[in-house]
Amino acid sequence: MNSEIIIKDLHISVQEKPIIKGLNLTVKQGEIHALMGPNGSGKSTLANGLMGHPLYDIDSGEVIFNGVDILELEPNERAKLGLFLAFQYPTAIPGVSMANFLRLAVSAVRAKGGNGSGDDGLIPMREFRRELRAKMKQLGIDDSFARRYLNDGFSGGEKKRAEILQLAMLEPQIAILDETDSGLDIDAIRVVGESVSQLIGPELGVLIITHYPRLLDYIRPQFVHILLDGQIVESGGWELTQMLEAEGYDPIRKKYDIEE
Amino acid sequence: MANSETNTIEELGVSKEYQYGFHDDIKPTFKSRKGLDEEVINQMSDIKGEPDWMRQYRLDAYKIFKQKPMTKWGGDLSQLDFDDIYYYVKASDRSERSWDDVPDDIKKTFDRLGIPEAERKFLAGVGAQYDSEVVYHNIVEELDKIGVVFLDTDTAVKEYPDLVKKYFGSIIPSADNQFAALNSAAWSGGSFVYVPPGVKVEYPLQAYFRINSENMGQFERTLIIADEGSQVHYVEGCTAPTYSSESLHSAVVEIVCMKGSRVRYTTIQNWANNVYNLVTKRAFAYEDAQMEWVDGNLGSKLTMKYPSVYMMEPGARGDILSIAFASKGQHQDAGAKVYHCAPHTTSQITSKSISKDGGRSSYRGWVDVAKGAKGCKSHVVCDALILDKDSRSDTYPVIEIGENDTNIEHEARVSKIGEEQLFYLMSRGLSEEEASTMIVNGFIEPLVKELPMEYAVEMNRLIQLQMEGSVG
Repeated sequence: MNSEIIIKDLHISVQEKPIIKGLNLTVKQGEIHALMGPNGSGKSTLANGLMGHPLYDIDSGEVIFNGVDILELEPNERAKLGLFLAFQYPTAIPGVSMANFLRLAVSAVRAKGGNGSGDDGLIPMREFRRELRAKMKQLGIDDSFARRYLNDGFSGGEKKRAEILQLAMLEPQIAILDETDSGLDIDAIRVVGESVSQLIGPELGVLIITHYPRLLDYIRPQFVHILLDGQIVESGGWELTQMLEAEGYDPIRKKYDIEE
Repeated sequence: MANSETNTIEELGVSKEYQYGFHDDIKPTFKSRKGLDEEVINQMSDIKGEPDWMRQYRLDAYKIFKQKPMTKWGGDLSQLDFDDIYYYVKASDRSERSWDDVPDDIKKTFDRLGIPEAERKFLAGVGAQYDSEVVYHNIVEELDKIGVVFLDTDTAVKEYPDLVKKYFGSIIPSADNQFAALNSAAWSGGSFVYVPPGVKVEYPLQAYFRINSENMGQFERTLIIADEGSQVHYVEGCTAPTYSSESLHSAVVEIVCMKGSRVRYTTIQNWANNVYNLVTKRAFAYEDAQMEWVDGNLGSKLTMKYPSVYMMEPGARGDILSIAFASKGQHQDAGAKVYHCAPHTTSQITSKSISKDGGRSSYRGWVDVAKGAKGCKSHVVCDALILDKDSRSDTYPVIEIGENDTNIEHEARVSKIGEEQLFYLMSRGLSEEEASTMIVNGFIEPLVKELPMEYAVEMNRLIQLQMEGSVG
């Protein structure tokens, strides 16, 4: 059975302020969806809420992932079910090497439902190293990356590539990429875009969140949605990104009578 | 399983030969009565068969100890009763403690750490350790060839009286502080190391190799002399909780780093939670010499320990890396002291502390630059990580500068495990506990990466144990 995440009438607020106001969306394994919207439309709130960030309050609605309502689950349980979030601002964890972190994460996620992922439950070192090296090569990431401390002192581009490497290693069924292009120059966007496109395939469903269509040149979505004021107001195909590129968000704001 | 408490010196009759301190066969035992006085010191000196000068050294130190008022700064010592402590327990007595007497939680921790049976018994103060005896003898043979002396200090007093006489108490005199005086009066065991000029010892000398029961005593005395241009790394302690039926550990460690030498002294201590761990550690570093303290403190009820380096001549360097983990009912008052007594000397202090479950950690630091000591550099970094709102961290830095031409930097940071960090790691499949543990292990990584491999692995596992059940 193909995985899918079904979001039904979802309402999320942050510090008691409603941000996502009744959002509906289904993403299936193998599909690429782009969710586009101007700043403040609720894009990152959706991403964080779906992954279970404790500061984002779910007011109502359902999120069904592979038949399970995940809204009551801890973030790590969502990860084990096969959900992944590439962060807009990945946090630094000083002193923890990329390799050590990834080995624990991969072991935890592959152990699935089991909670017994102590040091005994780790994926064998050789196997892990071989896999990590292969994935880094595929993504054009230098070997030294594995020894660096997680996101600590990384440039903007390195952080985003580290996120994509984690995506590659954790092999989720559904990945949310939250503003993966933000803060990157054109060259970095190309590198990251090409990395992501390497991972696209029938096993992966992607929800790319962005306010800027450039990244989509590398990762052609089949479905494009426009988010305004916490709701999806338009859904369509590639033509929507073309329209946004040409006209920006103003015409849509006007159409739905939403102030900037 | 003999209970030796009632034994007296009269019953024992003669002092026992003491070689390497291994007492695996049945021998008479001795335990002094509680409390310390001149009679107990004389008994101890008799049994050890010490030369008169050492006996006198002890008695002089005892006088000083009696005159010193109770230490009022640092941690709370009001519950410490000097009269309720056995000051001298002859080795074979310890070895006859039964494995059954070792508390279950300590046995369980041994299990979790995967420590071999023989080592466990030793750590718990039960039984002699045959394997390490063999290891030790092999090492001593190797060291002999290059002229390095590595003995327990009791033996060194007899075999190297001139060296011991010259340096014993020269770095930390009996009058230095209350606990140095107490140690000088009641010391037993510890290591004596002498490295001849130009000799570089290639592997760490581990107190563990030189295992004997007295080594784990409460009043160890360690003296390391690194002659000109020599190099040595000494490692003591161990990450498994060190079981002690006594509640006071008060060691003295003195190190002489002669011109151009390099000494590293690594300690990882994890005393049982009833122990007052009050240790004086000091090194003198002469011209272009380099002294490094790597000091990890887990466990104990109260630790007061501030490894120090006196940079006596130009070009000397002192590095101190310390870490403290204070959990429930624990106070880790740890830190570092550096004295720039000569121009163009350099020091670096890195202190990290973790407080959890109501534990308290304090950094107490001292940076001193003498008048006329031009061109000195000192860099202090103090990081505290507080895991919950019941826990506490304090910083007490003192900087005394008698010279304008110096460069002193002090950075202090207090942090909590951030929600963003936890969320990030949990979104990758780690449980909250695994995520917190990973953040803490990352925090102490600067220390762990300086440790010999096997200690580093154990240290990380120990943090994992400490973190268990701490969240959720």
